[in-house]
Amino acid sequence: MAGVSAKEVLFEPIFSNNPIALQILGICSALAVTTSMNVTIVMCLAVIAVTAFSNLAVSLVRTQIPGSIRIIVQMTIIASLVIVVDQVLKAYAYEISKQLSVFVGLIITNCIVMGRAEGFAMNNTPGMSFLDGVGNGLGYSVMLLFVAFFRELFGAGSLFGVTLLPSVNEGGWYVTNGLLLLPPSAFFIIGLAIWGLRTWKPEQVEEKDYKLSAHKVKEAF
Amino acid sequence: MEHYISLILKAVFVENMALAFFLGMCTFLAISKKIEAATGLGIAVVVVLTVTVPVNNLLYNTILREGALEWAGLPNVDLSFLGLLTYIGVIAAIVQIMEMILDKYIPALYAALGVFLPLITVNCAILGASLFMVERDYTFGESLVYGFGAGLGWALAIIALAGIREKLKYSDVPEGLRGLGITFITVGLMSLGFMSFSGISL
Repeated sequence: MAGVSAKEVLFEPIFSNNPIALQILGICSALAVTTSMNVTIVMCLAVIAVTAFSNLAVSLVRTQIPGSIRIIVQMTIIASLVIVVDQVLKAYAYEISKQLSVFVGLIITNCIVMGRAEGFAMNNTPGMSFLDGVGNGLGYSVMLLFVAFFRELFGAGSLFGVTLLPSVNEGGWYVTNGLLLLPPSAFFIIGLAIWGLRTWKPEQVEEKDYKLSAHKVKEAF
Repeated sequence: MEHYISLILKAVFVENMALAFFLGMCTFLAISKKIEAATGLGIAVVVVLTVTVPVNNLLYNTILREGALEWAGLPNVDLSFLGLLTYIGVIAAIVQIMEMILDKYIPALYAALGVFLPLITVNCAILGASLFMVERDYTFGESLVYGFGAGLGWALAIIALAGIREKLKYSDVPEGLRGLGITFITVGLMSLGFMSFSGISL
């Protein structure tokens, strides 16, 4: 990782090395909190803050941590930051924190935070680690907002709680797609988003586990 | 008794950790290529959940919750903000202890679980179950049953997914969808299947 510019560290994770689409990190919360844009944005800000500051803190103490207990140290740092976020949300955005329910607490086990602390902050300077945290948080947010956009617009006919497509129930014309508010739709949207991303950036396509051998007449009969 | 059975059924099917709450997704997707590996991980999750949820329940009810410290003469202390830190500490510690116990007394199981044990600390299903336990105010007995049921549901889901993926690898999937993409869609379909349980009230 030596010699990478700050810009790369900050912007790489958004599309080229997206934590959700490529690194398979932090998927749990990506699915559960994406039914409305308001909730999603709060979640994204919380994750960006926690990732950035935990990276910064881990990087600051990285030379002091004995290797064998580093996981516990990282966990403690992350858990303390999440407690701060949780308390701030409860104080200033109580309604939203109720909707997020356990998922604020689950930022602790959000693998993005842990993965970046372990994978990047342990070997890099505090400044760079902070940027890496922000970058990965942004990559996560882009994916989450993308999913939430579709789920809220087509599922409830609104964005940020503002009705755009007046639904039939309220005397409008739009028949809401209830499936999009249910859990499975998030999987489909992320799956399709990954498809789109990999068509755009073919180098992310995974190797096949199993190849069909060339067809030979003799074997076929 | 009936109450506990319905609690288990609810935790396994209606409120399946993986397919209804998306908890433990990272490991769920990463370690579901082979049935054996998935089974090992599934068993480990069941064991860890069955131990950690009741322990966290005890800690919450005797130390952390508002007014719980009355026995120590401190009726006005509310330590519930320390919950997150405590739960994750307990989980990490129990996983570590279990690793040592298994290594010493049941080496066969230890070898079978291998790297999955330490991985469990960062499995959101474990912490998630503890947080749900607090949110729903379970008693000690309920939390024991709930922990077991939640683990069982998660194990069932990952083994099922591994079974599907073992067959799926022979199919000709469009290039961009290969690997992670198709797995997401498969899980989506499974989750849709589990939705059918949601109408059941126990």
